[in-house]
Amino acid sequence: MMRPGMGVPSAEGTFATEVKGRSLWVDAWNVLRKNRAAMLSACLIAFMAVLVVIGPWLSPYTYAQTDWDNISIGPDWASRHIFGTDALGRDLFVRTLHGGRISLMIGIVATLVSLIIGISYGATAGYLGGRVDHVMMRIVDILYAMPFMFFVILLMVFFGRNIILIFVAIGAINWLDMARIVRGQTLSLKRKEFVEAAEAQGVSTFNIIRRHIVPNLLGVVAVYVTLTIPQVILVESFLSFLGLGVQEPMTSWGALVNEGAQEMETAPWMLVFPAVFLATTLFCFNFVGDGLRDALDPKDR
Amino acid sequence: MLRYTLSRLLGAIPTLLILIALAFFMIRVAPGGPFDTERALPPEIEANLRAAYHLDEPLYQQFARYLGGLLRGDFGPSFQYKDFTVTELIGTGFPVSLRLGGSAILLALLIGVTVGTIAALRQNTRTDYTVMAVSMTGISIPNFVMAPLLILLFAVTLGWLPAGGWGGGAWNHMLLPVIALALPQVAYISRLTRGSMIEVLRSNFVRTARAQGLPERTVILRYALKPALLPVMSYLGPATAAVITGSVVIEQIFGVPGLGRYFVQGALNRDYTLVMGVVVFYGVLIILFNLVVDLFYAWLDPKVKY
Repeated sequence: MMRPGMGVPSAEGTFATEVKGRSLWVDAWNVLRKNRAAMLSACLIAFMAVLVVIGPWLSPYTYAQTDWDNISIGPDWASRHIFGTDALGRDLFVRTLHGGRISLMIGIVATLVSLIIGISYGATAGYLGGRVDHVMMRIVDILYAMPFMFFVILLMVFFGRNIILIFVAIGAINWLDMARIVRGQTLSLKRKEFVEAAEAQGVSTFNIIRRHIVPNLLGVVAVYVTLTIPQVILVESFLSFLGLGVQEPMTSWGALVNEGAQEMETAPWMLVFPAVFLATTLFCFNFVGDGLRDALDPKDR
Repeated sequence: MLRYTLSRLLGAIPTLLILIALAFFMIRVAPGGPFDTERALPPEIEANLRAAYHLDEPLYQQFARYLGGLLRGDFGPSFQYKDFTVTELIGTGFPVSLRLGGSAILLALLIGVTVGTIAALRQNTRTDYTVMAVSMTGISIPNFVMAPLLILLFAVTLGWLPAGGWGGGAWNHMLLPVIALALPQVAYISRLTRGSMIEVLRSNFVRTARAQGLPERTVILRYALKPALLPVMSYLGPATAAVITGSVVIEQIFGVPGLGRYFVQGALNRDYTLVMGVVVFYGVLIILFNLVVDLFYAWLDPKVKY
C-alpha cells in the first residue's frame, strides 16, 4: 500500500498500488444502460413492486370483502371495480395486487433461500477441491436427477399449505443450479492469472477474495438471481394453479389464473387481468436477466 | 464407450434408490392416511384393512416389500381405485401422456431448431429481434396461462377445436394441449439454437466450407447444424422433465386421461401407492432418458471421449 508522506516509494509499493480503473460494475452499467428493453423492464418491475405495495390502499375495497351489489361484474368505473369482481363479489383489482404481493414475495424470499444454500455449498466445494469437492458434487448430481416438482407437490399435499413450506420447498429445489455455477466459477477463478499475480505481489488471501474472487462471482450470481426469481414465481403459480399454494382468502397470481380459467366463458376479465400481470412480470425479469448477462459476461467484451 | 455405459448405469442405481426411499418415507411420515373418512371406521375393520395392505408391518419391512415388488414390475394395489393395480393404472395413463408429451417435444424441436437457425442466419436484423422477442414471450407465459387462453380463443370464441377431452387421441383433441405444452420449449430451444449456431457460424470450418464455394444450404445443413445442435441435445433431458411436469396441469385443464391427472387426483386422495408409483415411474424414466441423451451426446460430439 502507498502511504502519503512516504518519501521514495519502494519497489513493492509502486507495484502493489491499487489501480483506480473502471470497475466491472461501471462497465456493466454502461452496457446495460444502452439495452433499452432491459432498462424498460427494470422500470416496469419497479413500478409493479410499488403498485402491489400501495395499490390496494387506493381502492375502497379489501381483498376478502364481498360487494353484494356487484357480483361477477366486468370492469366498471362507476362502482370503482376497475378490474371487475369475481363470483364472490370480491374486487379483482385489489385481489390481483394482493396476489402480486404474495407472488413477488415468494419469488424474492425463495430465491434468497436458494442463493444462500447454493453459494455456501458451491463455494465450499470449489474452494476445498479434491475429494470433498468430488463427493459434494456427486450429491448434487444425484439430487439433480430427481423429479423435484413432484416432491414439492407431495410436500404441499401431505403437510398442508403453509407459506413457509412453500418458500423452503421452492428454495430447496433451486439451489442445485446455483451451487454448480458458483463452484465452477470458484474453481476457475482460483487458477486465473490475476489471482496468481495478486498472490505473487503478496496481497493477502482476504484481499484476493474481496477484490478478485467475490466481484467475479457476483456478476454470475446477479444474472442468476434475476433469472431465478421468475422461475420461482412460476413454480409458485403452478402450485397455486393446482390449488396447492396459498390459502383462501389470500391469493396469488397462479390461484387467480386458476379461478379465472374456470369462469372464463362467462367472466373472461377474471382470467385476463391476473394472466397479464403474471406474464408481464415474468417477461420483465427475463429481459433484465438477459440484459445483465450481456452486460456482466466478460466473454462478449 | 461400453465401459462408460456400464458405469453410468451403475451410477444410476444409488440415484434410483434415493428417489424411491425419499418418496416412500415422505409419504409415510405425512399426517393423514388413505382410510381417513368423515366417519371413523371401527377399529377392527381399520386393523384388517391395514393388515391387508401390509401397513401394520414395520416400515423397513414395508420398504423391502415395495422394492421387491418394483423389481417384478409390481407397483402394488391402488388404495382408491380398488379394482385396479397401480401398474394397470400406469399402463392405461402412460400411453396417453407419452403421446401428448412426445408430440410436444417433437414439435418443439422441429419449430425451435428451424426458427433458431433462421434467427442466427439473420443475426441482428429485424427478423432476429422479432424471433427473440416472441420467444421471450413464449418463455414468460406459463403453459397453464396459455392453455386457458388457447381454449378461450379457439374453442369458446371461434369454436374450431374441442375445449377438452381426449377423443381417443384424435388430432383435433390433441392439437391445443400439444401446442400449450410445446410453446415454452419452442422458445427455449430456439434461443439455444440461435446462440450456438451464431458461434458455429463464426468458426473456421464454416469459413473454409464457404470459401470452397459450397452452397449456403449445404454449409448449414451438412456442416453447421450438427455441432450447433449439441447444446440442444443436452437440453433434451430438462425439456423432457419440464414437459412431464407441465403435462400434469395440461392434462388437468384439458381433461386428458393421462398419468398426470392420476397423479394429482392420487395426491389429493392420499392414494399412497398410486402417487408413489407415478413418482417412481417418472423418476426412472427421467434418469434413464438422461442417460440415453448423454450417450447420444458422446456419439455426436467427437471431442467427448470415454
